[in-house]
Amino acid sequence: MSLRSLAAAAALSLAFAGGAQAQGSLNMLCAPAADWCEAIAAAFQRDTGVRVSMSRKSAGEILAQIRAEAQNPRTDIWFGASAETHISAAEQNLLQAYTSPNMTGLHDWAQNVHRITEGRCVGVSSGAIGIAWNRELMARKNLPVPRSWEDLLNPAYRGEIQLPNPNSSGTAYTIIAGLVQLWDEDRAFAYLRRLHANVNAYTRSGAAPMQAVSRGETALAVSFNMEVTSMAQAGFPIEIGYPTEGTSYEVACMSIIRGARNLPQARRFYDWYLTPAAMDIGPRVNQWHVPAHRGATPDPRIPDLATIRLVNYDFATFGQAATRRRILERWDREVGSLPR
Amino acid sequence: MGRAPSSLVPWLLAAAGTLLLPWHMQQDGITLRGVLALGQEDPEAASAAWQALAHGRFWFWPVVAAVAIGLPAVQPGRGRAVLRMAAGALGLAAIVAQGLAIGVQGWSFPWLEATFGDLGDRQFGIGLGGAVATAGFLFLLTDGLALRGLFKGDRFVAGAVGLLVGSIVIFTAWPVLTMLSQMFTPREGLPWTEALGVRVLDRKIWGLACVTANVNCGVFWNTLMLASASATAATALGLAFALIATRTGFRAKKALRLLTVLPIITPPFVIGLGLILIFGRSGVVNQAADAMFGVELGRWIYGFGGVWLAQVFSFTPTAFLVLIGVVEGISPSMEEASQTLRASRMRTFRSVTLPLMLPGLANAWLVVFVESLADFGNPIVLGGSFGVLSTEIFFAVVGAQQDFGRAAALAGVMLVVALAAFVAQRRVVGRRSYVSMTGKGDVGLPVPLPDGVRRAAFAIALPWALLTAVVYVMALAGAFVKVWGRDWTPTLEHFRRAFAVDWAPDGTLLFAGGAWHSLWTTISLAAIAAPITAGLGLLAAWVLSRQVFRGRTALEFALMLTFAVPGTVIGVAYILTFNIPPLEITGTAVILVACFVFRNLPVGVRSGVAAMSQLDKSLDEAAVTLRASTFRALRTVVLPLLKPAIVTALVYSFVRAMTTVSAVIFLVSAEYEMATVFIINRVINGDYGLAIAYCAVLIVLMMAAIGLIQLLVGRRRLGRRSAPAAIPVGGRA
Repeated sequence: MSLRSLAAAAALSLAFAGGAQAQGSLNMLCAPAADWCEAIAAAFQRDTGVRVSMSRKSAGEILAQIRAEAQNPRTDIWFGASAETHISAAEQNLLQAYTSPNMTGLHDWAQNVHRITEGRCVGVSSGAIGIAWNRELMARKNLPVPRSWEDLLNPAYRGEIQLPNPNSSGTAYTIIAGLVQLWDEDRAFAYLRRLHANVNAYTRSGAAPMQAVSRGETALAVSFNMEVTSMAQAGFPIEIGYPTEGTSYEVACMSIIRGARNLPQARRFYDWYLTPAAMDIGPRVNQWHVPAHRGATPDPRIPDLATIRLVNYDFATFGQAATRRRILERWDREVGSLPR
Repeated sequence: MGRAPSSLVPWLLAAAGTLLLPWHMQQDGITLRGVLALGQEDPEAASAAWQALAHGRFWFWPVVAAVAIGLPAVQPGRGRAVLRMAAGALGLAAIVAQGLAIGVQGWSFPWLEATFGDLGDRQFGIGLGGAVATAGFLFLLTDGLALRGLFKGDRFVAGAVGLLVGSIVIFTAWPVLTMLSQMFTPREGLPWTEALGVRVLDRKIWGLACVTANVNCGVFWNTLMLASASATAATALGLAFALIATRTGFRAKKALRLLTVLPIITPPFVIGLGLILIFGRSGVVNQAADAMFGVELGRWIYGFGGVWLAQVFSFTPTAFLVLIGVVEGISPSMEEASQTLRASRMRTFRSVTLPLMLPGLANAWLVVFVESLADFGNPIVLGGSFGVLSTEIFFAVVGAQQDFGRAAALAGVMLVVALAAFVAQRRVVGRRSYVSMTGKGDVGLPVPLPDGVRRAAFAIALPWALLTAVVYVMALAGAFVKVWGRDWTPTLEHFRRAFAVDWAPDGTLLFAGGAWHSLWTTISLAAIAAPITAGLGLLAAWVLSRQVFRGRTALEFALMLTFAVPGTVIGVAYILTFNIPPLEITGTAVILVACFVFRNLPVGVRSGVAAMSQLDKSLDEAAVTLRASTFRALRTVVLPLLKPAIVTALVYSFVRAMTTVSAVIFLVSAEYEMATVFIINRVINGDYGLAIAYCAVLIVLMMAAIGLIQLLVGRRRLGRRSAPAAIPVGGRA
């Protein structure tokens, strides 16, 4: 091969690379399960030609990262993780506002988050807190299936319930904040203190109790519905019910980072995800979040939030750092310090 | 040294970095045309001199001035030493000052803005030019120092020390101090003094409630308890194995050697997951107990007991590795002397062998103690409600609290504990050497163990070895069955999902599996980091053991310190420090490589020091007498004799780079994803099959890599009758 043809080949490949880059690139941090993140990134890349660099990290890691990067952001879009973490980021002025033309098709709960953060994030999916149990273990131990928060206090469940620790788990905070809003703070903590007798561990991670139930390590756990459904689909004997008194829920959000280097691409992704087609990707990769778009295809494995009794979750108040700190301190004082 | 040689090379580096090369990091990499950055229109792509000249960036003038001062000093001549030092020092100071003072948003500090007003300009992190110029100025400075008579006037030694000090300051001291300074940030409503008090004196760290009631103690006590218990058990087991391997006629000694490599090639989580399968509530043991005796053993595995067990599994081989060197090193002549004096075997063992091993035992204990302290994978899988410092730091940063200040306070506590252990270890090992291995031939055979000791050693070691094998088999079986722990139908589906390879329509190979990307990245970054670690580490070892200069002990201490800093702390510290100018390397491969190199450097140093102490100094002296330069003596005499140390350093840094998790979890980016982070994400997702399949592939790969490195470096050829090669003691610590 002569030098000239080499140069020609190089020029050609450069031109080709240039063509691929014409749509630009997008740096995404993604909080939900890796399969889902990868499927979304791939679909967006296919649909638009924008090159997506996606990293999957947990919500806390993402918030830590964009905080550390605040002076010089490397991330354009943040997909997933609960509204509280996005509100917390918005409080610290890490996000920028955007209103998508596709907003109108969304459920109220998704638009509500957009309203209270003054446009700095939008709901993309939701999930409800439920009580999960291991079918086989419950049958073997001859335990009744609990239907309500009150049922969980049954002495028969002694040492059988697992809960996450709110100091490290956002899921745990959602559970406790839900109980506080269902009753009031004093009653919620009185309940948690009584429940403590039946709890065998407060795990560091929010998904750990549900995984322990799946594998028969504990009989009962409090968890989000979508995680339980994923495990059930994978063949584990786990089921979920929603407490009759009412239960807590989360709204997972999406936001654009302040100072994003690829702002047009970030907006394009934002618009793209708020369509029914993009929201149908989840179930294809065993992810059972409740989609934010009214037009998304319904599935029997995804609960209809309208049929579950939900508390009226005040994201603005309970997303604040001060409220969170107060509740965590009270939990440490009144529940975390109880003898085992 | 008759005349002062010229310092042309360092000056040329400084000049090229300042005048010609693009000073800042180029976002899209450097093209061949972009290298010549004089006269660039875009200030970001220009060299420092051109930015000062054409773009009004006045802050580069001191750097340019330093280059100008250095020019007349380049010529040989003793009087120029001061000038070289001045040029080097000014250049370094100017680079550091401008880098810290001016960032992406203009002035970096409010008081600068208040004093000088709005800058109206900004700069990104330094790139090729900045790095080259910094190195140039550094070597100008060390040259000057050497010419003034420091380091015995040896410029090579001066340069080596300068390089080591500079890199430790940049990649360890600075990030860790940045991280710890977070402790002092004020919290809402509280001034920094009170905020500091609240963070450091937290009941959750120091609480002692567990003494009186059945609740969890503070994490400090948890950590201390766990580390002590793990260290004690692992040392006892390690000793049993070491005695069997060296003092008995046990046949399967090769298999015991295999045990020593197992933990370093085991990706995180494997042991924890294996233990759950065996001892978990639905594990084999519990189900058997339930079926046979109707006893329910419960869920003791989650908490102190489980983490302890997992750590003992993980660290017994480490203790074994340390102790086998110690036991081998005991000269049989002392024991023979004891027996000649008609002491019984038992008495010889108790009053001669054991006391000789004591420092080794203490060393092993402390090595395991520090490892347990820094362990992250086992507590996070098996901890349940039981928290230790390493996991608490992680959750303080990424958990629901988002409290960098608390993380910094916890990191400070952990650092103090690790340092204390480290200092204690140095005291123990550094005191008079009990290891009676000399260059002279040791005649005599090791005395066989007394029967009681032998039986005890076998009784402890064999069941444990069996259990280790079972844990590994159980864990790795997860890669070959459908749903691990539930549906044991054999399948290769997990491997297909991770490592599928397709033929694209045009006949090219298509790596379709999800794990390929992270696997390539991991292998290539580990392969880049390994030789750098080994090179730097051996250089440091050579400087430390062969050269005498002021501050040597401090340098040695600083080098070893990096090992005491837990990975979680390093990870957070790196992202806090290196995301903003002057060093803006977050999200690049550089930060990962730097992390690997400086985390694993102490290993290179230790194995180098251990090997170096076996080489008589007369060898290098002979070379120097024959008028070889210091560098030449190092290259042609010392290096070839250090082959085993090179192998250890290369293998260890390569393997550790592939299995480390706590530090890199903060540093990976989409482009540079590491295998361990990929695995964690699957574990979090409950997708154990894929995670374990990946682990299995990693284990096989690492074994192959170890073999390959050994083959490439080869053995050192000694013109001497063959003796068993000594293992660098503490090569892992």
